[in-house]
Amino acid sequence: MSDILPSSLFIQIQDASGNWASDFAENVIIPKIPHLPVELGTILVMLACAGIFVAVVPLLPLVLVLAERKVAARFQNRTGPMRVGPWGTLQTLADGIKLIFKEDFIPPQGDKLLFLLAPYVIFACSFAVFAAIPFGQNILVSDFNIGIFYIMAISSVIVMGVIMAGWSSNSKWSLLGSLRSAAQIVSYEIPLGLSILTVVMLVGSLGMKDIVATQENGFFSWLIFRSPFTFLAFFIFFISSIAEVNRTPFDLPEAESEIVAGFHTEYSGMRFALFFIAEYANMFAVSAIAVTLFLGGYEGILPGYDFLGGFPGFVIKTLGLVFLMMWLRWTLPRLRVDQLMNLCWKYFIPISFFNILGTGVWGLIFKTDDIWSIGISCTIIYVGLISAYALAGRVFSRKPAPQTS
Amino acid sequence: MEITLKTLIFYGFALMTIGSALAVVTVRNIVHAAFALMVTLFGVAGLYVFLQADFLAATQVIVYVGGILVLILFGVMMTSGRLQMRIHIERGQLLLGGGITIALLMLLLTVIANTPRWKNLSDDGTEFAPTTSRIGELILNEHFLLPFEIASVLLLVALIGAALISRKEVRD
Repeated sequence: MSDILPSSLFIQIQDASGNWASDFAENVIIPKIPHLPVELGTILVMLACAGIFVAVVPLLPLVLVLAERKVAARFQNRTGPMRVGPWGTLQTLADGIKLIFKEDFIPPQGDKLLFLLAPYVIFACSFAVFAAIPFGQNILVSDFNIGIFYIMAISSVIVMGVIMAGWSSNSKWSLLGSLRSAAQIVSYEIPLGLSILTVVMLVGSLGMKDIVATQENGFFSWLIFRSPFTFLAFFIFFISSIAEVNRTPFDLPEAESEIVAGFHTEYSGMRFALFFIAEYANMFAVSAIAVTLFLGGYEGILPGYDFLGGFPGFVIKTLGLVFLMMWLRWTLPRLRVDQLMNLCWKYFIPISFFNILGTGVWGLIFKTDDIWSIGISCTIIYVGLISAYALAGRVFSRKPAPQTS
Repeated sequence: MEITLKTLIFYGFALMTIGSALAVVTVRNIVHAAFALMVTLFGVAGLYVFLQADFLAATQVIVYVGGILVLILFGVMMTSGRLQMRIHIERGQLLLGGGITIALLMLLLTVIANTPRWKNLSDDGTEFAPTTSRIGELILNEHFLLPFEIASVLLLVALIGAALISRKEVRD
C-alpha cells in the first residue's frame, strides 16, 4: 500500500542495504548540486527524513486531543468543544497557538538545566519509538532485526525524563508524581516485557516485519488467536501499556485530585505542550505496537485481500485501540497505589510466567501453525471466555452478606 | 585517514561517552552525575552498535538506564529531599579509585590487544548479522551455562534478601 503516501523520503527501499540515504544522495541530489560531497548529501537526506517525520507525527496528537475531548464529552452527555472551527475541529490548533505565546516559567529554586532538558528527553524518546513501527509493507523508517527490543529499550528511557522533570521542579507535587511514575513504569515493564516474550517465542524473531509476516494468512493467523497464551498476553500487554503511558485507571503520576498535575505541574507554555504531545504520541505508539504484535499489523482480515490491511487498515486498528483507551479513561475510576502494585506483582507477573511456560509447551506440541493448532487454540479461547463469563455472572450476582452492625 | 559519515558518527559517540564520563566523576551534584551517567551509557550503547552488537546495545539501555539508573535516582530522591546534595571526595578515596581505575585499564588494554579481529560495522551496512540467536546458543551451551545459572541464583538470593529486610518490621 505504499501508493497511499507519495514515495516520500522516509519510505525505506526494500533492498535492505541499510544505506538508502547515501544512495538517494548519490543518485538524486549530487547530479543537481555537483560540488556537494556525498557524505554531506547523506546527512542532508537523513535530516530531511527526520524533519518530515518530526513534522508529521505531532499532527497525530492534534487529532487525538480533539478526539479525546469529543469522546469525553459524549460519555458525559455534553457536546465538547464546538466554537472554534466547524464542530470545534480547530480547537486544538487554537490551544496550541495559545500555549506558544504563554510565558515560559522556570522555577527559580529549581534546577534550571535539568528543568529545561526534561521535556526534550521525553519528546525525543517518544518519537524514537516510531522509528521501528511498520506502518505498512514499505512504510517504516528502519527494519531493525531487534525491532521490538529496541522499542522496549527506548521507551524505558522515558522514565528518566519524568524523574528529571519531577526532581528539577523543586515542588513536592512534581517529586511525588515522578516517584509514583517511576515506580509504576518500572513495575509494569516486567509484565509488558514478558507478554512480548510470548509473541517472540512463537515467531522466533525480534524484528517487527518478521512478526507481521507470520500473521499474513488472515484473521485467524493473527498472533492473538494463535495460542490461548498469546490471547491472555494481549490483554496483559494492553493493560500494562495503559499503565506505562500513565492513563486512567493508572494515572496516579498525574492524579489531579491528589498531586495537582504530577511531574509536569511546574511547566507552562511550549514545554508543557511538549509533554502533552509526547503523551498522545505515546498512546498512539503503544496501540500501534499492540496491533503489530497481536492484531496482524498491516495485514488484513482475509488472506490475499487488502481489506482492513495495509497502511489504512493499520491506522484503523490502531485508532480502535486508542479509542478503547479513551473509553477506559472516561469509564473507570483511578486505582489506589496498593491496588496498582497488587495488580502488577500478584496477578500480572504470575500470569505472565504461566504464559511463557505455556507458550513453550505449545511450541513443542505444535511445531508449525496449521489448521489444527489454530482450531484447538480458538476452541480453548472460546471455552475459556464462556466459562469466565459464567463465573463472573455467578460471582457478581451473589447477594452481599447481611451487615452486622 | 578518510573521513566518512561512519567515522564522524563514531567520534561523536566516543566524544559523548568520554565527555559525559568526565562529568560523572567531576560534577559535585549527585543527581547531575546520575544524568551524565545516562548520557555515558547511551554513548557506550552507540559504540556497541559500531561493533555489530545491536542486542547488547539495547540490553545496555534497558538494564542500565531503564533499571539501575532509575533505582539510583529513586534512592537519592527518597533519602534527600534537598536540591543540594554534594559529594565529598577525600584523598584516600582518590588514591583507591585511581588504583582500581589503572588496574581496570590494564585489564581492558590486555583484552583489546589480544583480540585478533574486531567485528566492525561495514561501510555499506550489509554485513549486519543478527546476534540474538548466537547469544542464545552461547548462553545455553556448556561454555556459559554455569555462569548464567550462577548469576540467576545470585539474583534470586538478592531478591529474597531484599524481601526479608523490608519485611522485618512487620514480623516483630
